[in-house]
Amino acid sequence: MATFFGEVVVAPSRAGLDEEEEAREETPEDREIRREIEKKRYRQRCSGEEIDVLWTWKSGGCGEELLVCSRFIVAIGRNAAAFLSSFILDSVCWEVVGVVKLWNEWCRTSSTTNVLPTDSFCLFYRLISDPTVLLCQCSCYVAEDQQFQWLEKVFGSMKKEGLQVTILSTCPVADYKTQESTLTLASPFLKALKTKEFQEQVCCPLLEQPNIVRDLPAA
Amino acid sequence: MFIPCDRGGGSAAPDFKGFTLLMPAVSVGNVGQLAIDLVISTLDMTKVGYFYTDCLVPMVGNNPYATAEENSTELSINAEVYSLPSKKLVVLQIRSPFIKNKYRPFCETLLSWVKSSKCARVVLLSSSHAYQRDDEQLLGTPLRYLLTPDLEKAVGGRMQELNWKEMEKVAAYPGISDTDKVLHIPGGGITKLLFTESCSKGIQMAVLLKFCSEGDNIPDAFVLVNYLNEWLQLIKTEVNLSSQWKVPSSWRLLFGNGLPPALF
Repeated sequence: MATFFGEVVVAPSRAGLDEEEEAREETPEDREIRREIEKKRYRQRCSGEEIDVLWTWKSGGCGEELLVCSRFIVAIGRNAAAFLSSFILDSVCWEVVGVVKLWNEWCRTSSTTNVLPTDSFCLFYRLISDPTVLLCQCSCYVAEDQQFQWLEKVFGSMKKEGLQVTILSTCPVADYKTQESTLTLASPFLKALKTKEFQEQVCCPLLEQPNIVRDLPAA
Repeated sequence: MFIPCDRGGGSAAPDFKGFTLLMPAVSVGNVGQLAIDLVISTLDMTKVGYFYTDCLVPMVGNNPYATAEENSTELSINAEVYSLPSKKLVVLQIRSPFIKNKYRPFCETLLSWVKSSKCARVVLLSSSHAYQRDDEQLLGTPLRYLLTPDLEKAVGGRMQELNWKEMEKVAAYPGISDTDKVLHIPGGGITKLLFTESCSKGIQMAVLLKFCSEGDNIPDAFVLVNYLNEWLQLIKTEVNLSSQWKVPSSWRLLFGNGLPPALF
């Protein structure tokens, strides 16, 4: 498209197909780095090793045993994970039962369960007094092409009958679409989305259109 | 891929045999998707299911076609199917872009679902970069159509009657005169892939597209949906066409929030 000054530039398109374009301005080094990362991710994706969920309660790390779960609370992102660390988790009532090992361009988690708050991690905890209550702290970024695999591997390990899932996440106030300006909005504030199967009272108003949730919380 | 909604009473999966499948391509200006929003909203279509797919970026929100408090709390995700049996119409709405390298698997799965559900034909709403038009395309209508050979036999005549313009093929190597002509739909997303695959699989597919640029694409959506209506006659055409289509509530605030008073 032509800009104000008459030069012709390639406009980014919402069509979003990578094949034909990529008139990116990259140095040869950047291009090489990008290619290597893509190759490494492609190799991992093909071998299904991109996301590994390691459960400590599974003997030998294999077997068809499914975790019986009545409540699953998932905290996605650093803020939500920090909320759980500050208000819910402690070493007396909760035990670590699993960890997700993943790698992408933005972060890498390890299989260690001994993490610092500043690390990127994805850990699962179980309430000792009621082992059907499971909690997940996911402070690492799960890339969009890994989200489906994360879901399948995590939920694939649990019995889903009678399961209630609560997802905790945060978004910037600036992303919230409302008639008034977000500058005058009293923040932080809570909004919720729920499935029709969820019959209990929700503790805050529902998220109004045209606001949406994306990435792992949406998945 | 297709998961029917549980409407209660143990109802069977919906039957789309002989239906027309209307769907968008995620393309420049999102014109196809906006046009589909207008169709679903105006015809008050019922959601009958969704696609469970790892090919699209996940998203979720509340009902984008809500008209009142009561119907505003149904969740909506990135690929949903709506139906209007009285018009033998089934509509797929896609609400997010494709995940890298996943658009081909999506197209394959989609076309095999089209075959297995025995849809009579597919109508794909799309768009293409306006700035890539050649001198001739700059004049006249910005709307184009394409038909697969199987559908050409059935409705080619109707397109002639409507005086529609078929999408031109371009030279494979611009500047070299006697080269093969190929279909080129820049900014059209999966349009070309779906069309060429449908041609080879014997699926009856029509593509309706508009040349446009990124920006406020609501007028483009209206133009495209009226173009579609000339053929499929989804709503009655009267004098003021634009007012016949119902804008969904989710189209609010497309260009951001209100301004802070302190700015002035």
